Amino acid sequence: MIGQIGEYFRTSLDRWTGMLTAHVAVSLLALVIAAAIAVPAGVLCVRHERLKKPLTGLFGALRVVPSLAILLLMLPVLGTGTAPAAVALVLLAVPPILMNTVAGLESVPESVLETAAAMGMEEGQIWRKARLPLALPLVLTGLKTAAVEIVASATLAAKIGAGGLGELIFTGIGLFRTDLLLIGGGSVAMLSLLTGLLFDLLDKLLLRYKTA
Amino acid sequence: MNAVTFQNVSKRFKGAGRSALENVSFTVEEGEFVTVLGPSGCGKTTLLKLINRLYEPDSGQILLFGEDTQGVDLVKVRRGIGYVIQQIGLFPHWTVAENVATVPKLLKWDRDRIRARTDELLRLVGLEPEEYKNRYPSQLSGGQQQRVGLARALAVDPKIMLMDEPFGALDSITRGKLQQELLALHRETGKTFLFVTHDIEEAFLLGGRVLILDGGKIAQFDTPEAIIRRPAEGFVRSLVESAREKGRFWEAYL
Ligand SMILES: Nc1ncnc2c1ncn2[C@@H]1O[C@H](COP(=O)(O)OP(=O)(O)O)[C@@H](O)[C@H]1O
Ligand SMILES: [Mg+2]
Repeated sequence: MIGQIGEYFRTSLDRWTGMLTAHVAVSLLALVIAAAIAVPAGVLCVRHERLKKPLTGLFGALRVVPSLAILLLMLPVLGTGTAPAAVALVLLAVPPILMNTVAGLESVPESVLETAAAMGMEEGQIWRKARLPLALPLVLTGLKTAAVEIVASATLAAKIGAGGLGELIFTGIGLFRTDLLLIGGGSVAMLSLLTGLLFDLLDKLLLRYKTA
Repeated sequence: MNAVTFQNVSKRFKGAGRSALENVSFTVEEGEFVTVLGPSGCGKTTLLKLINRLYEPDSGQILLFGEDTQGVDLVKVRRGIGYVIQQIGLFPHWTVAENVATVPKLLKWDRDRIRARTDELLRLVGLEPEEYKNRYPSQLSGGQQQRVGLARALAVDPKIMLMDEPFGALDSITRGKLQQELLALHRETGKTFLFVTHDIEEAFLLGGRVLILDGGKIAQFDTPEAIIRRPAEGFVRSLVESAREKGRFWEAYL
């Protein structure tokens, strides 16, 4: 088995790198889009209490639909390829980022906001200088959860022709090739772990005040 | 010159059964140290927050150094007032120096001026700049955090300081020390101090005059000596009596 795996990397390293790159690309795209939707949506939820229930409810409901089902439902609308895969992954990633953004913004102590206002900070300054930076730890937690889920679920994207490491796994299943299954599964697992570590590192770098 | 004037000020919160403050009128002169005393819920915090317009009155007028606070730009009113609260409210993601420099930075002072002022303020509140200015609030004790809160409020030399139970969460030794330092600070700066507390000893120790609130109304506003000699009937009398009881408790052990 080890020999077979070694053989695969000797002969097909380029293919593997290609799949890895495609996997990372679609994951990153989905994460960036999800963050671009979820963080502003979180700010809106906190600024306008009325919006909170409907917005979190909507994305919460969408999250319940299995990613595979979303992928397949997207087929008639967006066809095959990266676009429908990214959409499905975005829907998966928005809720954890949204929830954590809201929780982060609401966790900022009232006393901090009150003294900021009392010193003559304007609303926008309070958000930029205090509220958003202080929500960052939880926003990062949400991004981490979302990223790890995206990396795992992007495996399914191969089903609709978006490429990625899922190809290797599905080929392995089709051909009863355990070596391909192991390489594919192992690569996804490593990528997930690495993603998690990356966010832990980011947390340490950006939020030194918490551990100082 | 009057520092603060309340003229028939009332405030009732939405949905509340009774007014937090009802038809309150008083004046505080420039340079006075006035303590505001009363039980929890009597309207002390409301009174302070009406001055820096964290709350707006339903009726009545509030003058700050002769100017109606409603007529002046909100940010300008607040920059002229130092505000210190029990929960302190330091920015946890900023160092001590950055916290103290909050308002100077908003006013875009140049770097050297900010640095000099920060050091000066930290010394004023008893913190050695070299040791403390690069720490984060979480690396300070409660008393040290409140010293930073005080320095931050003093940063642009406001003429009046509003303090809402600033020492309420501190142990009694730290509290005693800070009380003495605050008195010294008041003597040195000549600023007007309005200091809220529910602790009668603290109110009588610090205040040149004590404003006693009961259920949103002024029960008595006078010097500590006058209040002790001639307490107003009812609430103030029972307040002074309970303090006497406590004194007798300690005397029994002397
Ligand atoms: N933001 C608020 N919303 C509604 N009611 C409030 C608010 N702040 C204070 N109150 C009410 O007003 C009254 C006076 O409160 P407060 O001024 O905080 O009293 P104190 O500071 O003396 O404890 C209390 O009955 C309190 O419940
Ligand atoms: Mg209060």
